[in-house]
Amino acid sequence: MSAVIGITFGNTSSSIAVATQDGKVDVIANPDGDRAIPSALSYVGSDEYHGVQAEHQLVRNAKNTIINFRDFIGKSFDEAETAAPYHVGAPAVKTADGKIAYDIVRDGNNELITVDEISKRHFKQLKDAAEDYIGKEIEGVVLTVPTDFNEHQRQQLTSIATDAGLKVLQLINEPSAALLAHLSADEDRLLQDKIYVVADFGGVRSDAAVISVRGGVLTILATAHEYGLGGDKLDEALAEYFAKEFEKKTKVNPRTNARSIAKLKAESIVVKKTLSNVQTSTCSIESLAEGLDFHTSINRLRYELAARQPLSEMTSFVEKAVAKAGLDNLDIDEVLLVGGASHTPKLASNIQFIFPETTTVVAPALDPKALNPTELVARGAALQASLIESFDEDEIKESLQPIVVNTQHLTKPIGIKDAEGNFQSILVAETAYPIKRSIQVTNGESASVVVELYEGKRTIKETVVEAEPVSDEDSEDDYSDDEPEVKKELVYEAGSKLAELTLKDLKPNSKLEVTVNITQNGTLHLSGRELKQGSVAVKGEITSA
Amino acid sequence: MSIVLPSLSGEKSETFTAVSKFSAPVRRPVEPLGRYFLAHASRTLRGHTWSEFEKLEAEKNVKQIEENEDDDLGDEQQSEELLAHDPREWKSADLYAVLGLSHLRWKATEDQIRRAHRKQVLQHHPDKKSASGGLDQDGFFKIIQKAFDVMLDTTKRQQYDSVDTNADVKPPALKSSYDFFEAWGPVFASEARFSKKQPVPLLGSSDAPKDEVDNFYSFWGKFDSWKTFEFKDEDVPDDTANRDHKRYIERKNISNRKKLKQEDNKRLIDLVERAFSEDPRIKQFKEAAKKEKERKKWERDSGSREAAEAAAAKKAAEEEAAKKAAEEAANAKANSKKAKEAAKAAKKKNKRSIRGSVKDVDYFGDAAKADVIEADVDALIERFDDVQLSTYAAKVKDANADAVKTAFTEAVAELSGAGKIDTAILKYFV
Ligand SMILES: Nc1ncnc2c1ncn2[C@@H]1O[C@H](COP(=O)(O)OP(=O)(O)OP(=O)(O)O)[C@@H](O)[C@H]1O
Repeated sequence: MSAVIGITFGNTSSSIAVATQDGKVDVIANPDGDRAIPSALSYVGSDEYHGVQAEHQLVRNAKNTIINFRDFIGKSFDEAETAAPYHVGAPAVKTADGKIAYDIVRDGNNELITVDEISKRHFKQLKDAAEDYIGKEIEGVVLTVPTDFNEHQRQQLTSIATDAGLKVLQLINEPSAALLAHLSADEDRLLQDKIYVVADFGGVRSDAAVISVRGGVLTILATAHEYGLGGDKLDEALAEYFAKEFEKKTKVNPRTNARSIAKLKAESIVVKKTLSNVQTSTCSIESLAEGLDFHTSINRLRYELAARQPLSEMTSFVEKAVAKAGLDNLDIDEVLLVGGASHTPKLASNIQFIFPETTTVVAPALDPKALNPTELVARGAALQASLIESFDEDEIKESLQPIVVNTQHLTKPIGIKDAEGNFQSILVAETAYPIKRSIQVTNGESASVVVELYEGKRTIKETVVEAEPVSDEDSEDDYSDDEPEVKKELVYEAGSKLAELTLKDLKPNSKLEVTVNITQNGTLHLSGRELKQGSVAVKGEITSA
Repeated sequence: MSIVLPSLSGEKSETFTAVSKFSAPVRRPVEPLGRYFLAHASRTLRGHTWSEFEKLEAEKNVKQIEENEDDDLGDEQQSEELLAHDPREWKSADLYAVLGLSHLRWKATEDQIRRAHRKQVLQHHPDKKSASGGLDQDGFFKIIQKAFDVMLDTTKRQQYDSVDTNADVKPPALKSSYDFFEAWGPVFASEARFSKKQPVPLLGSSDAPKDEVDNFYSFWGKFDSWKTFEFKDEDVPDDTANRDHKRYIERKNISNRKKLKQEDNKRLIDLVERAFSEDPRIKQFKEAAKKEKERKKWERDSGSREAAEAAAAKKAAEEEAAKKAAEEAANAKANSKKAKEAAKAAKKKNKRSIRGSVKDVDYFGDAAKADVIEADVDALIERFDDVQLSTYAAKVKDANADAVKTAFTEAVAELSGAGKIDTAILKYFV
C-alpha cells in the first residue's frame, strides 16, 4: 500500500482514503471505526476528544466542543459568518488581531484556540488514524477544497496541514475529486464525453458544479453554493417534528433549554440516517425535558413531509447550477450526488424528477452500485495522490502553470453531415485543445463523396406524446388529465459550414476515416482517407474567429 | 451501422475548400487531475519552451467560474439617514438600498439578493457588532431582515416593486428639447416590467416599419399591468377588541389601493398618448398614407391631370390652412390648459395657506384643540368657492392670531348666511 493519501476535510465530517496497488481505493476508518469522521474536537478536563467522541460532548459539554470551523480558515472574524444560525458548540470569538478563535476551558484554565490551531489538531488526529491503518508514515497528501476557497484560504490550509506534519502534494477541487472517483470506478466512463452536475449536500452547506468531461479531461463550467442549506436543515425539521410530538404528549416545551435541544438534535441525526435505509425508525430520548422520557416512532413518509422545505430547496439548488452554466436540464447527462445528505432517498428521487429520463442520477437510493456519496471526494483525492506520487515537486508545479491549465475550449460542436443531412458530431462543445478525434464512415454506393464539416447548432425538439388510451376496466381510478405530455429532446443540426473535402474514385462500401485535429495554437486540421494500405489522405486546415 | 457520406454532386476540381472560420474558443481552466490531465500536461510541456509572452497570455481572459465579477455586490455604502432609519417605519426605507442593491433593484436575481443579504448580515449583525466592540444597535439589522423577507417572497416583492418609483425612468420634461427615441425608449423599457403579458414590444427606432409601430401602440394602449398597491396599506391593528376600527382600516386600505391603481393606469395612458402625439413615425406614416391616396387618385384621374393638379394644389393649400388652424387650436388648447393648471395651482396654494394659518398662530394659543380647529378649517375650505378662497387666503396671510380668528368667524358668517354650511358641524368657530 502506498503511503500517499487523500483527505477531505468538511465542516461536518472528514474522510481519509488510500489507493491500493490494484487501482482500488480504501476509505480508512479511524480507531472509533468511523469512515466519516466528525470534524469535531472537545476538551474535557485535560483530555482531547476527537470525532464521534467529541460530537457526543455536544450534549453535556457544548461550551468546550468545537465544530463547523473549516470554512473559517483564512477568514477574518469580520468576513466570516460566525453569527450563523447554527449556534451549537463553542461560539466563535474575535481575537486581538481580528481572527477567529474559540474560548474554551481546559483543565480549569481558559484557553483561546484559533481556527488554525484547531484545524491543525484535527489534521494530526487524521494523520494518526491513517498511519495507524497503513502502518507506515504518511509521505504525502492530496487535500480537497470547495471551489470557492480563495487563494489565501488555499495557502492557509496548506500551511496548517504542513504544520500538522503532512506534506501537501496538491489541492484539488471537491466536485472534481468526487467526479474523478466516480469516473474511475469503471474504465469506460472516463472516456465518454458527458456533462455532469456534481451536487454536494453536506451538513451546513450545499455546493454544485457543472463539469464537462471530454476525453478524460474535466472542465468546470459553472458552480453554485448555498450556505446554511444541508443535512443540518433536515435534522432541524425532524427535531421540530419531535418537539411538537413531545409537547402534545406532555405539554412540556423541549425547546427552552440547550441540553434538551442538543438531545433532540443528536437523536434526529440518528433517526434521519436510519430512515435513509429503512422505512421506519424509532426515536427514544431519555429525560428529554423535565425528567420526561420520549419514545416514538416515525416512518419515512412523515419525515419527508416534515423536511419538505429543505428538500425542495436542495432540488431547486441543482437546477440553479445548471442555469448558471447557461444550460438546460436536457444538456445534463448525469447528476452525481455527493455528501452525506445525498443518502436521503427523497432527495435523489426529487432530483431525478426534475431531470428528463435521459439524465442519470447517481445516488445510492437509485443505484445500489453507486459509491458511497460521503466517500467520493476522499476517494478522488486518494486516486490523484497515487497518480502524482512518482512526480517530484517541480514537475507537479510545472503542470499547474496557467499555460498548461488555462486552455482554449471549443464553444460549438464540430462534425459532418451524413447522406441524410443529419449532423454527426465528431468533437463536442467544451472540448479542450489540443484534441484529435477520428470517426469511421463509408461512401455507400457512390464513387465520389464529400466530407462537409459543420458547426452543430443546438435545438430542442419537442414531440407530443400521445396519452396512452385508457382501457375501460381501470378508467375509473386511472383518471388521466388531458394535458398531452410534451417530450423534449436535444438535437444538434448542421449550422454553419466550415469546410468541404472530396474523396473520389472509391469502390462501393469502402471504409473511410475522417479526422479532426485541433492543435494547441487553435488550427483545425481536417483530413479524410480511405482505410487501406497506401491510401493518400486529403487534407486542409481552417482557423477560428 | 456506419455513417454514409453524401455523394459528390457535379464536378469538383478542388479537393479541399475552406468555407468559414469556426466559432471563437473560450479559455477555461481545466481541472488538474486524473490520468488524462497528466497526459494533457505532458503534451503541452513536451519539447516546448514557452516564451514569457505566451505564459502571460495564458493568464489573460480566462473564464472565471466563481463570481468575482460581482464580488462587490452589496458593498454599496448606506447613507447615514438610512442606517438611522426607524425600524418601525421600515416600509418607508429604500429596501433595495438597505440590501446594497440600489443599482439593480427589480433586476436583482434571487441569487444576488441572497448574496447581498449575506454581506449585510456580516456587516450589521448585532452579535457581530457587539463582539467587535461596536454599538449594540439592531435597528438597521431589523430593516435588513424585513427587506430580505420582502425580496424573497414573490408576492411581496411584486408589491414592493409596484411602488418602487426609484426604479422608474421618468418621461422627458414637457418643454425641454430631446431626441424622441433616446428620451422615450428607456421610459417604455422600464414600464415594460409591469406588463402581465411578456415579452413587451419596445419603442424601437425611427426606421421601424408601420406594423411594428402600430403593434407597439396597440399593445401599450391595452397595457395590462400587474402593479398592486398593498405595500401602501396602513397597518391593520390586530387587537380584536376594536373590531370596527379594524374593519374600517381594512376597508380604507382596499379603497386606497383601488384609487392608486386607477391613478397609475391613468398615468400610463397619458404617457402613451403623449408619446403617440410626439412620435415622428406616426406623422410620417400619416403623410405616406396621404401621399399614397393622392397617387392613386392621380392615377385614376390621369385623363384630367391638369384638373387633378389644380385640385392637388388647392388641397395642399387647404391642408396648409387646416394644419395652421389645427396648430392654432392646439396652442389655444394648450394655453387654456395651462391657465387651468395655473388656476388649479393657485387654488391649491390658497388652500394650503388657509390651512397653515391656524398652525402658524399656534391654534390661537389653544394647541390642545388643534384637531378640532383643523377639522373646522377643512370644513370651511371645502365650502369656499374660488373667489372666497383667494379672499380669505389674503386675509390670513401673515396675519396675527386675532386677525386670523376674525377672518374665520367672518367666513363662517358668510357661508352660513349663504346657506352653504350648517354651523352645527363646526366645533370651534361657533
Ligand atoms: N445515511 C445518511 N442519511 C442521511 N443523511 C446523512 C447520512 N449520513 C450522513 N448524513 C448527513 O450528511 C451531513 C454531512 O455530510 P458530509 O459528511 O458530506 O459533510 P461535509 O462534507 O462536512 O459538508 P459541510 O462542509 O457542508 O458540512 C450531515 O448532515 C449528516 O447528518
